[in-house]
Amino acid sequence: MIAIGESAPGFTLPDTDGVEHSPQEDGITAVVFTCNHCPYALAWHDRLTQAARDYPDVRFLAINPNDAERYPGDSFEAMKERVAQEEWTMPYLRDEAQDVARAYGAQTTPDIFVIDGEGRLRYRGAPDADHDDPALNAAWLREALDALLAGEEPQRAETPPKGCSVKWKS
Amino acid sequence: MSAVPAVELLWWDGCPSYDDALADLKRVLSEEGVSAAVELVEIESFEQAASERFPGSPTIRIGGEDIVPPGDGEPFTLTCRIYRLRDGRVSPTPDPEDVRAAVRRAKEDT
Repeated sequence: MIAIGESAPGFTLPDTDGVEHSPQEDGITAVVFTCNHCPYALAWHDRLTQAARDYPDVRFLAINPNDAERYPGDSFEAMKERVAQEEWTMPYLRDEAQDVARAYGAQTTPDIFVIDGEGRLRYRGAPDADHDDPALNAAWLREALDALLAGEEPQRAETPPKGCSVKWKS
Repeated sequence: MSAVPAVELLWWDGCPSYDDALADLKRVLSEEGVSAAVELVEIESFEQAASERFPGSPTIRIGGEDIVPPGDGEPFTLTCRIYRLRDGRVSPTPDPEDVRAAVRRAKEDT
């Protein structure tokens, strides 16, 4: 579990095409723990893909850490099918060993961690205040990105993540 | 006040939608003039999910009937249930109008 201001763990994970991705070394990265089977993750998905589109200088990395044995809807194959069927604006990575989710202390899907160019955690939490209100447009995440891109501190560095619990392997 | 068969809300604590679903259910019951206590059933294990035929949290049953019947082949497991609102959006809770329709059907059948 990392706190705001601490160094975020590095990682390299494969996306649905087998291409490996890591956080940016000299820029901002938004790490979005998400999944296929959670209604909260699905409800927020379009807002997050739009944010990825609107912030081309920020590297967005979606990561699915869920146990696919108990939850086959979150298997690597199911992830590939979903990416093939939908418009994704960020790579969708598989955290098969759940090591990255554990290192970050991800609790829910979605759970967002924004890392600055020095590798420090600068925002953690939900995209915005209400999964049920698309008009909120991932406002909390955007506020944090706007502040960091302007060289400022995010005013709201931490919000409570809300969603389905990460499905840990037993 | 009208009466309907037993109203149950089955839930699992890995999903935070239970409070919203219960609030919607109680509001609809009140608006429809139905005097029914809501029995809360916590699902705590995969085995219980299977035996209770629990497709996810929250699940609302009236008279033993799921107000939004799960699709064929939907697994019974510990998960957050995916509902579709009437405008097509994904939601962790049923559309309140679907709850209302189920309550009205139960009233008519009672």
